[in-house]
Order: sequence, then structure tokens, then C-alpha cells
Amino acid sequence: MNNRVVSEKPQAVYFYGTCLVDLFYPQAGISAIELLRREGVSVIYPQSQTCCGQPAWNSGYRDEALAVARAQLALFPRPIPVIIPSASCAGMMKVHYPALFRGQSDEATALNVAGRVYELTAFLVDVLDMRLTDLGDPVSVVVHTSCSARRELGVGDKLHTLLRQLRNVEILEPENSAECCGFGGTFAIKQPEISAAMTREKAATVRATGAQRLVSQDCGCLMNIGGAMEKQNQAMPGQHIAELLWERTKK
Amino acid sequence: MTTDFRSNVAQALKQDAVQTHFRTVVDRLRAHRQAALAGDAAFEQLRNRCAAIRADAIRRLPQLLEQFESKAQRNGIQVHWAETTLQANRIVLDIMQRHRATFLVKGKSMVSEEMGVNAFLQSHGIDCLETDLGEFIVQLAGEKPAHIIVPAIHKNRREIAHLMHGHFSELPYSEDIETLAQSARHFMRDKFHAASVGLTGVNFMVAETGTLCLVENEGNGRMCSTVPPVHIAVTGIEKVIARLDDLPPLLNLLTRSATGQPITAYVNMINSPRRPDDKDGPDEVHLILLDNGRSRIAGDPELLKTLHCIRCGACINHCPVYRQIGGHAYGTVIPGPIGAILEPQKQGLDAATGELPQASTLCGACAEVCPVRIPIPAIINRLRWESVRKNQQSQNSRPVVPGAGSRRRPLEAAIWKIWAWCCSHPGIYNRLTKLATRLRNRLPAGMGAWTVARKAPKPARSTLHESLRTMDIDHE
Ligand code: SF4
Repeated sequence: MNNRVVSEKPQAVYFYGTCLVDLFYPQAGISAIELLRREGVSVIYPQSQTCCGQPAWNSGYRDEALAVARAQLALFPRPIPVIIPSASCAGMMKVHYPALFRGQSDEATALNVAGRVYELTAFLVDVLDMRLTDLGDPVSVVVHTSCSARRELGVGDKLHTLLRQLRNVEILEPENSAECCGFGGTFAIKQPEISAAMTREKAATVRATGAQRLVSQDCGCLMNIGGAMEKQNQAMPGQHIAELLWERTKK
Repeated sequence: MTTDFRSNVAQALKQDAVQTHFRTVVDRLRAHRQAALAGDAAFEQLRNRCAAIRADAIRRLPQLLEQFESKAQRNGIQVHWAETTLQANRIVLDIMQRHRATFLVKGKSMVSEEMGVNAFLQSHGIDCLETDLGEFIVQLAGEKPAHIIVPAIHKNRREIAHLMHGHFSELPYSEDIETLAQSARHFMRDKFHAASVGLTGVNFMVAETGTLCLVENEGNGRMCSTVPPVHIAVTGIEKVIARLDDLPPLLNLLTRSATGQPITAYVNMINSPRRPDDKDGPDEVHLILLDNGRSRIAGDPELLKTLHCIRCGACINHCPVYRQIGGHAYGTVIPGPIGAILEPQKQGLDAATGELPQASTLCGACAEVCPVRIPIPAIINRLRWESVRKNQQSQNSRPVVPGAGSRRRPLEAAIWKIWAWCCSHPGIYNRLTKLATRLRNRLPAGMGAWTVARKAPKPARSTLHESLRTMDIDHE
């Protein structure tokens, strides 16, 4: 996807952490910010950010989604990119805000923000053309590309572009890699039986690679697949891509 | 909440063998499609073209149907309109009775499944024989098709062998597919000749020529439509296309998306009953056009995309949910993603199948492969909204989707209200997330449905908001 709104490297960006990173994976957010800053981009973190509204949007509660999404719109007044370390939430803002705000008085603002949204790895690769030097020990990682990255935003390969620069990282793909992990937000609660069956199969294929770690661009998938492996007492450390990149390249 | 659908699912998931079998067959169908598309640089353009053809056809549905009807009638095809499945069944029965027919040979037709024509005719003393091999197996087993292209997808070779042996006990038991197919073929030959009426489905109706197009691989469709003196075709009104030129691209996409075949073994183009110089063909051709909710769907600018479907089954084959639960768990005529958006619109969101829009992770695999680019996830999202939207008492008009608002539960609605309030008040949100981090070791290990298959996630020691306050960055 070519969603470049700035052809030059921007001096500053907004960082939108997402509620999941905020509460469960703050290290992913911190690492992403460190990576951006190392590239000479200053990062603005609006402290009033909460959630993009996706859970309600996907559950059919559009009024509620709109109220929450509207509270986020106000956070990005300057015409600079909004960087999100999650393809799922980036997809919500980029692809679904235009639909959610259609016909609303602040539709123009929503379209403006949507046009500035980048999923983190896409921004690192497409806009910053980030170069990495691996300082870490040899490790094998299995990649789970989220459905939002792969299909909704079409940026699934960016994670690989970054990982391939790390010479001590062996990249493994699970069998049936394009298959959804079974999370699906409230789907996991509403249809727990199907979700569990999908998740178990995904966990099994991930484990079968024999990798030391699981990496993804979306913390929702990590929480789901990682949680299933833990439940089966076969935990595999899961890491957001930003965390892995920062950990292995910081001086 | 336990529902019909969820107990079907639980049942399906319990059957390990069934599940493994489904996965294997579905994976094979995916591979076939993949192989058929490999190296076709023009594929995406072809999809665009076909999507445009279908969009145009549905946009001009009434006009094209009228054009089709007058052409078909001029060619000698008798066109019947049915608003409901009951009307469609009555039309079939009426034709059968006029010919004193007591026996019907059937080609594969999902619309005939929608009508439930077999059961209906049976209750009037008329026997139906499915002549498509897959449908025949399903009929022998007393079941319903589990897939729109591969009806007996859920049956393995052993089960098929046993079913056939039970039916043709005079033949030696065999698990060889060729032998089984031969036995069935042999049996059916006589039936084709004995039947006075044959019934088939239709893949496309061409408005400019009044032609019916029917594709198939076994030749049974051709037998049903040419050997008996009367041919009845049944179809949904949405199958119309404007021009004959629209057909080749659609067929090209249909067969490759469905089974990976470049073209089916048989492409039947039916224009009229037998003409004086024709060597074969029926004396009468009837076409029954079934609405059953379709024209209502066509009235909504977003939902009408549901009608663009050309029934290739690719979305079904690529659906991770279908891959796990198979076809029967859906409890519908059409399973998988297309079934999950179509059936609730027909039957109403308050029907048991109204739950189907929930049976999706919104992973997008269906839309990725749909040859005519139906935005299935967006329609699922729309139907979820329709399910729980507040009832519009002020409007006198009927809801666009029957049963709209029927799935709104006060408790769930209240939870979303509270959630929205917290997430639109950053002060509250921050206090709550901070509280969660402080209680991280004291949160319950069991979190309902989530922890059936997974460990509960543990909040971090401090939130990102908190951690960043001490980092020297702009907080604006
Ligand atoms: S919705 Fe698309 S993919 Fe699914 S059966 Fe119809 S045409 Fe094929």
C-alpha cells in the first residue's frame, strides 16, 4: 500500500500507542518510540489517547464507537503522520474511520487523520527506509503476520523487510501462515469454541517451527497465540516487532 | 449464551475425524485455485471487469429481468415468477401434475435446496433423484449439502463406499472412486430415460439473448435438461447478466475460483425447447425465477453487493471458520462467509441464522479471494450493526433487514455505553488502567470464555501513559 502523505522524512510524528499496548505491552510502545527517535524523528505522545473504538465498531455499537473515535480525532491537530504499532488499530483509523464518520459534522477531520495514519513497520520501511545493524545473539523467530497487516492494509511484508536486515535472526514461517489466529476481538468471547479451535491450530503450527520466539506487528495476535501456548504449558516468548528490533539494535 | 449455532459448532468440533477431513479437502481446494491463478498477470483486471459486470447487472436488475423475460419467451421458454419458495414449489408441482409425472431427475441446484423442493414434492407423492454424484451421496445419506460446489465434502471415501454399497447391494464393495462413479452412472442412465421431467439450476441468464447458462462437470446437468421431455430450470433473480460478452470472463473466473479448472467439462447454453431440426432436447422448457427476499436486498446500496455473488465457493474454501466447523454447523442452505451474510438477510436477524454475522474474525480472507470483490467483512459489520441497532419507532417504513435490532440485549448495550464513556474520558480511562496495573497480581486467573483456551493476559507494571511521562517526549 502506498499511503505516503509525506515524501520527505517528517521531523515530528504523533504516536498512538493503542489500549492493548498501553495496558499489556508498554515495552512495545517504548521500543517503537525509541526506534523513531533514533531515526531523528521527534515523537509526540498525546496523553489523552485511549482506544481507537474498534471493539465497539466491530460489535455493531456504532454510536459508542463514534463517541470514542471522536475523542481521538482531537489529539492530532498538526499535519504530521500518526504512527500506530498495530495494523489492526491503524486499519480502524485508516480504513474504517471514513465509514464511521460518514455524514458526520467532523467527517473532514476524520478523513484528514485517516490519511495521515501509518502502521509502524510500514512507516519504518516506506518513509524512513530504516537501516538496522544486528547486535544480538543468534535467535530463531517465527513470524505471525496479522490479518489486518496482510489483508486490510497490505503491509504484511514490511516486518520481514526489517527482520531480514538482522543477520543473526533466523526467520521461520508457520505452516498455513496466512490463516487467522482466531482472535477477532469480541469474536473470541462471542464464539469461544470456534476461536479456541482456530487458536489451538495456530499455536500448534507456530510451535512446530521450533522457533525460540514469536514475533508479530499486532499485540492482539501475540496475546491470543501466546496465551494459548502458555495454557498448554508450552510457552514461547512473544514479542512485538518493535521490541525485538530495539532490543537487538540499541547500542 | 448457548444458541443453536453454538451447539452445532460444539458438535462439529467434537468430531475430530470430520474436522481433519474438512481441513484436508479445503486446503486442497485452496491449492487448486492458487495453481490456476499462478502466473496470470491479468487476474486482478479480470476481477475488476467481473465485479463491474455484476454490479451493473444488479443495479439494473428490474430492467434486465424484463429484457431477459421477453427474449426467453420469444425463444419459447416459459418464464414463471415466484416471490416465495412455496410459490416456486407449487409451480414445479403444477408442471409435474400437468404431465402426470411421478418422478423427477435433478441436476445440482442450490436454489432447489433453498426451495426444499425434494421434501415438498415427496409430500405430494413425487420422487426426486439427485443425479450430481455429490448430491446423490448426500441424498443417500439423508443429509444436506455441506458445500455449494462440493456437496459431499464432508464424506470420506470409506463412507461413500458404504453408502453406495448399501444402495447397490448387488455390486461388490469398492472404495475405488472410478468404480463408484461408474455404478452411479449406470444406475442413472435408465432414470434419465424414464423421467418425464428434469430439473436443473442456472449459473447465468443472459438478458440480451434470453439464454440460460449452466456449467457442470459430470454431464448430468445436460442429461436432465435434454433427455426428459420437460426441463424445469430454477434460479434466483440475481443471476441475470446483460450481455453474452459478459459470460466468458465470468465463467473464466468462476471455474478457476471454484475448483481451479480452466473451464468445466460441460458448458450448457439453453436457448429454447427442441426446435424441429434439433436432434434432441425437451419439448418444454420452464424457468422459475425466485425472489425470496432478493429484491428487498437489491434495494439497499450496500447490501445489494451480496447479490453480486456467482457462487464459486472460494470464500467458503478460504474461511478459517468454515475450515474448523464445516458446512452443516451453519444450519443454512449456503454455508461459509457468503452464507453468513446472505441467509440472515433472507431469514431475518431474529432467526437462528441471524447469529451468523458473529461467526467471523473479520480476517478478510473471503474478500481477498472473492472473484467479484464482494466486501464480505464490511457487510458483516453492517449486519452486526443492524442486529443491535436501536429500533427506529419513528420511521414507519419496514426495516431494511428483517429482525433489525432484535439482538440488542440491555446488559450488553449498557456495557458498551460504560466502555464508551470511560474511553472518551481520558481521566477515567487512565485511573482505570492504572488500577489494573496495581492489581495485576490479584486479577482472577479465569476470565470466562477467554481462558478456556488461553491464559489470561497480565497487565504491565505500569501503563505506557505512565512510563512515557518520565521520558523526555512531547505530550501535547
Ligand atoms: S461471495 Fe464471492 S467468493 Fe463467495 S461464493 Fe460468492 S462469488 Fe464466490
